Amino acid sequence: MKVSEIKDILEAEVICGENALDRDVYTACGSDMMSDVLAYVKEQAVLLSGLMNPQVVRTAEMMDMQCIVFVRGKKPDESIIELAKERDIVLLSTKYPMFASCGMLYEKGLRGGAIK
Amino acid sequence: MSLFELHYEVPGDDFTRAGEASGDVKAHLKKLGFDPATIRNVVIALYEAEINMVIHAGGGTIDVSVDPECIKMELIDHGPGIADISLAMQEGYSTAPDNVRALGFGAGMGLPNIKKYTDEMIIESEVGVGTVIKLRVDVKE
Repeated sequence: MKVSEIKDILEAEVICGENALDRDVYTACGSDMMSDVLAYVKEQAVLLSGLMNPQVVRTAEMMDMQCIVFVRGKKPDESIIELAKERDIVLLSTKYPMFASCGMLYEKGLRGGAIK
Repeated sequence: MSLFELHYEVPGDDFTRAGEASGDVKAHLKKLGFDPATIRNVVIALYEAEINMVIHAGGGTIDVSVDPECIKMELIDHGPGIADISLAMQEGYSTAPDNVRALGFGAGMGLPNIKKYTDEMIIESEVGVGTVIKLRVDVKE
């Protein structure tokens, strides 16, 4: 699934990474616990989270994740956006809560990854 | 003598900066041409350990030595030490305070995650003195 499709499905706003929306993502992970995210192996995944601090971006960076979707209409602050730009990670923000966001993407064919 | 060595001083008072060292190691390993799976194993283990160092121990030092066959990491802190290492290794066991959980960590997954992603993990810890963690990740390709 393209990042642009995720944006459309979740009616999301692009916070940064407008020029990278044609990237492919193959799996998704939804969590506010970063250690849980780090316990999963995923290639080219998208991270959905309601957590709002720079460690969300760092976690995505360590996992080679392409895109982070902030749920429940949350908007990251400048320090988070700057870090994401530096690390070349797309940030989206959707008004939908976590459960609904995951369900909408799952319904369109996106799946979770394997456990390490 | 290793191919490449890196040293970091990790500040213990700024959670927002935790992970800077791991991010820098990732950039170096990428530049050196290591395969993505090896890099991921190294940086995920190191990131968890770096976070632990900031959460529990007030910072410390990280030394990384890079060889063509393996990457070795040594993390030294002078924090409170780990009273019961086997208990700390259990998934879900955590002594992290609530404010750390609010930041997305402290779920008791740190040490189990580090073990999963490394080929060797040695923990030496003394209560009241500090902790030394030695990690080795073998290059997969």
